[in-house]
Amino acid sequence: MSALPNEQTLAVVEGHAGVLNGPLALEVVMDVAVSAQEIKRADLLQMYYYLRLTRTLEDRVTALYRQGRIVGGCYTSHGMEAIAVGYASALERDDVIAPFHRDMGAFLVRGITPGEVLAQYLGKRTGPTNGKDGNVHMGDLKRGIIGFVSHLADNLPVATGAALAFKIRGERRVVFTGTGDGGTSRGDFHEAMNFAAVRKLPVVIFCNNNQYAYSTPVRYQMAITDVVERAKAYGMPGEIVDGNDVAAVYLASKRAIARARDGGGPTFLEFKTMRMHGHSEHDPAKYVPRELLEEWKKKDPILKAEHLLTQLGYGDEAAFREAGERAKKEVEAGLDFAERSPLPEGPEALEGVFAERADSE
Amino acid sequence: MTTTMDQRTGEVTYLEAISQALDEEMTRDERVFLMGEDIGTYGGAFKITEGFLQKYGEWRVLDTPLAESGFVGAAIGAAMMGLRPVVEMQFADFISCAFDQITEVAAKNHYRWGAAVPLVIRAPFGGGVHGGPFHSECPEGWFFHSPGLKLVAPSTPYDAKGLLKAAIRDPNPVIYFEHKFLYRRIKAVLPQEDYIVPIGKADVKRTGTDISVVTYGAMVHLALEAAQVLAQEGIDIEVVDLRTLIPLDKETIYASVRKTSKAIMLHEDNKTGGIGAEIAALLAEECFDCLDGPIVRIAAPDTPVPFSTPLEEFFLPKTSDIVSAARKLAAY
Repeated sequence: MSALPNEQTLAVVEGHAGVLNGPLALEVVMDVAVSAQEIKRADLLQMYYYLRLTRTLEDRVTALYRQGRIVGGCYTSHGMEAIAVGYASALERDDVIAPFHRDMGAFLVRGITPGEVLAQYLGKRTGPTNGKDGNVHMGDLKRGIIGFVSHLADNLPVATGAALAFKIRGERRVVFTGTGDGGTSRGDFHEAMNFAAVRKLPVVIFCNNNQYAYSTPVRYQMAITDVVERAKAYGMPGEIVDGNDVAAVYLASKRAIARARDGGGPTFLEFKTMRMHGHSEHDPAKYVPRELLEEWKKKDPILKAEHLLTQLGYGDEAAFREAGERAKKEVEAGLDFAERSPLPEGPEALEGVFAERADSE
Repeated sequence: MTTTMDQRTGEVTYLEAISQALDEEMTRDERVFLMGEDIGTYGGAFKITEGFLQKYGEWRVLDTPLAESGFVGAAIGAAMMGLRPVVEMQFADFISCAFDQITEVAAKNHYRWGAAVPLVIRAPFGGGVHGGPFHSECPEGWFFHSPGLKLVAPSTPYDAKGLLKAAIRDPNPVIYFEHKFLYRRIKAVLPQEDYIVPIGKADVKRTGTDISVVTYGAMVHLALEAAQVLAQEGIDIEVVDLRTLIPLDKETIYASVRKTSKAIMLHEDNKTGGIGAEIAALLAEECFDCLDGPIVRIAAPDTPVPFSTPLEEFFLPKTSDIVSAARKLAAY
């Protein structure tokens, strides 16, 4: 996206709250939150489109699940789309992501098509894993995506290792990875944070704090209110970001990515958000107070983006409707592709346990 | 680099063979780098990497935090980005801390989404060194049941060097089980030129006609000792050294047992669910018609490795165990 021509820029309202100095400083940037920063108009409009595409695609997945056409798990980023869309848009093509299971927007921004996603969900041979794995367990090194592992936080050490490779080879590439609030309880989260900080690796580690790990609220997950406090323990700068504001996510990610690329080491970003669906689509999430959901519905990332675009004069109702229709068309074409794709044959289950050669050879 | 090669005979120890393999591969291929606890400044708990930090620098010989899961995970990431990490477990016992990364991430990545993980994990394993329950384990059984990993366990300096080179050049995650008891106890003259021992090929260390002893690691030497004793009684033992545990060289095992018609599985790992159990099952499936006696397993009992000398001596398989089992089996 940064390859786009430098046109109109956006300077958004409101500001940082309390920026501290020194290596342990936590830059606390709450709510809409972007001060004296710039985003190109085309970039913002493109991010808006990816928000709509993510929502449309995942709503389709949910509908297919309810119709019984998709089996197994169904983990959506409903209401949290701004995080993955924002951070993935802030990266360069040669950078690498190790996403977690609520990052559909990052797959799309990096070029996985809705058709491939739906083929993956339907267990088709044309999905990124050829039917070997399901739903959001997709990876593709050619598109700089390290495949997600259900064991939360497992890919954080892996991401630090990818960053280590870049550092050893002197490449100006960055790795972006993260997990949920629950994932930050895992030892692998802490081992990765520590190693990244000790070796000053070019990695950005985020927490999607959506307040629930399956049914467990944050208060039973940790004795702190803000996950970002964990960064202090590792001598790593950290920032709290409004995870429902795609512009805030994008700008905070840009800052962290620039620091990493320039040899400044890792940054921890806490994206505050709310999980609006169940853990998986089978889960009605009755354990979440309805009032909480009502409150967060008003902060929906698509609504927020529309508000911002309107404020800036970048878009209007007609433009938003047009984007929605374009997303719908793309998803329906993808579903058509996925449905027409062949299923794998049973004996293909035996293929691919071992590699014949490494990808880099 | 320090070398303690015997100047008179030109022999090197098993430990030096490992060190040479690492050194030569790092010189041959700049993608190869090392990670582990105390491997840099200190040269490793067993001094395998002594002098490496000075020779290759701190970004190719990385002293890591004390966090096996973290640095194995990091090695997986670096491997996927095109490097060739060799990770040292200070003791194989500590590999349990990295179990999740090895079995869920490294082992499954290629199958799931086509990402090769060319990673080597060196695991100094085995007992007989007064290490007790946390410095003597044989954890290969855990990984034997985890598709996507290759497992090797050399018994000689020649195999140690050749298998480590092959492991580093392999595009898959390989756990390299090096036996601590053998480090400084066995020596050999190694070829001057570059060579590998291919992964997946067993080696018949002694040919015989009466009983096949299928084994690996330090137990190979016990089997050879037992074979000498038994030869005096007219019992001719064949010793099959597996060298690679996954993928298993079934053809060599079957060929040996079809010839001798009798088989003993020998390993230092616990008996239940061990590699010997799997090979016994394979022989029952594939060689039933040529067996002239029961398949026998000699292995450590199902306990942790005890510390006190008489307890550990009781725990570990002994030459006399092989001799008496072979005598019984020969009578069939």
